[in-house]
Amino acid sequence: MFAATVAATATVLGILLFLLGYLVWQGASALSLDFFTHLPTPVGEAGGGMANALVGSAKLLLVAAVVGVPVGFLGGVYLAEYDGGRVAFAVRYAADVLNGIPSIVIGITVYGLLVVPFGHFSTLAGGIALGLLMIPVALRTTEEFLRLVPDTLRDASLALGAPQWVTVVRVVIPAGMRGILTGLLLSLARVAGETAPLLFTALSNRYWSPGWLQPTASLPVMIFTYAIAPYDDWHRQAWAAALVLLAIVLGANVVARLALGGRSTAQT
Amino acid sequence: MDMASSTLATAEVSSAKIVVRDLTVRYGSTLALDRVALDVGDRQVTALIGPSGCGKSTFLRCLNRMNDHIRNIRIDGSVSLDGVSIYDAAVDPVELRRRVGMVFQKSNPFPKSIFDNVAFGPRVHGLRDRVELREIVERSLRQAALWDEVKDRLDRSALDLSGGQQQRLCIARALAVEPDVLLMDEPASALDPIATAKIEELIHELKTQYTIVIVTHNMQQAARVSDTTAYFYLGRLVEVGPTEQIFTNPSRPETEDYVTGRFG
Repeated sequence: MFAATVAATATVLGILLFLLGYLVWQGASALSLDFFTHLPTPVGEAGGGMANALVGSAKLLLVAAVVGVPVGFLGGVYLAEYDGGRVAFAVRYAADVLNGIPSIVIGITVYGLLVVPFGHFSTLAGGIALGLLMIPVALRTTEEFLRLVPDTLRDASLALGAPQWVTVVRVVIPAGMRGILTGLLLSLARVAGETAPLLFTALSNRYWSPGWLQPTASLPVMIFTYAIAPYDDWHRQAWAAALVLLAIVLGANVVARLALGGRSTAQT
Repeated sequence: MDMASSTLATAEVSSAKIVVRDLTVRYGSTLALDRVALDVGDRQVTALIGPSGCGKSTFLRCLNRMNDHIRNIRIDGSVSLDGVSIYDAAVDPVELRRRVGMVFQKSNPFPKSIFDNVAFGPRVHGLRDRVELREIVERSLRQAALWDEVKDRLDRSALDLSGGQQQRLCIARALAVEPDVLLMDEPASALDPIATAKIEELIHELKTQYTIVIVTHNMQQAARVSDTTAYFYLGRLVEVGPTEQIFTNPSRPETEDYVTGRFG
């Protein structure tokens, strides 16, 4: 039994390390300053980069955060602080179901609602699709971290004559803030790698995307496009993009863990 | 007001700060308090004793309506503070709690600075003036006998204080909103003997200004700090009287069994 658990653990670690190693091996050679600062070159011409995809991904995540953070955060506060009854059960269940909906379904819904009526793909539509995807995760993590705030703090505030909303805003949320921010960061990291919903919302773009209402390149879609193209140089760039994407997601995870670690030591 | 059912004629004439009559509390179908009647004297220390689960904490939390937030709770009977029924629809529990402060069993400072902990109540009630806040913080910390230990580090986290200091900080925080009544739910049960002695000393000083109701498991503590002692058992108030009488010459055999340690 023990040996089996060790083997499983080793497998998990092994997969992660293999993935990292393989990506570095394949992608590192295409990583250069140009990759971060240049636009893609025309077909057949070597070199070039994915600066537009990096900026595009950042813009998409910004829109996603604007959509997903307020709804997820405030919904989580409601669930944790205001309702333990039937409404909360329904919302929690809805969030879990929403979390299980394949991302491509979210994508096609946004395509139908925001792309078809306006007649073109856009950063805005892509960001909204990602924002919808992050809502359930943001909501549940906010709720979980608020529930970790001990009731003794709520009691202390109420006993001092603070109304409930003041207690929530000035005691409970600040006490759980570090955890909540971490959760929100992780939910952003989770949608950063989503590809399917972007294929028919943000589409892609070989050039800089002006403003928010035009199609934009993004790292995941560039990886897809480059990986299935018949050019060796594109393949190498796809690997490099995958490496960068993974580094961003892993970086967000590490930052989140470090922040949480600081929190637990501060509380004891 | 439920005066008709009140059989204790003393209620009207005594200097009672809090008058409780026929207080019955149910959690769902469980009876937690059964027709409790008790007068709490103004600027006196009233100790509530009894074995775990006897209802003394439930009773205490009825006095500032901290039980309101519990699901499935039903509270009947009357509790009045200075002659005003606190369960009246016109009484705002938030307003009530400014007059009836509370200190909890486990010290529960906010994860904020020492200053911000004490200033929390006044700030919530709208005070913004820095100078005035400083005065209140200093006065409250002095009252709680903590000022000399923390005056040089008011901006440090309250969580860096020792357990006894944290509890005194919680007392200072409660005093900062200038309540009339201070409820204490086993305030020293998690503290070492020296810290406990400090809290008891503090209670002695505070009773010149505040009406104090204290729940305690420690009978020596009840004997040391209180003027009146009430013995609760299984949700009923078995006996209440001057502390000395309860501990030396109780009128009920159950009380005697408990205070002499034969039971509980």
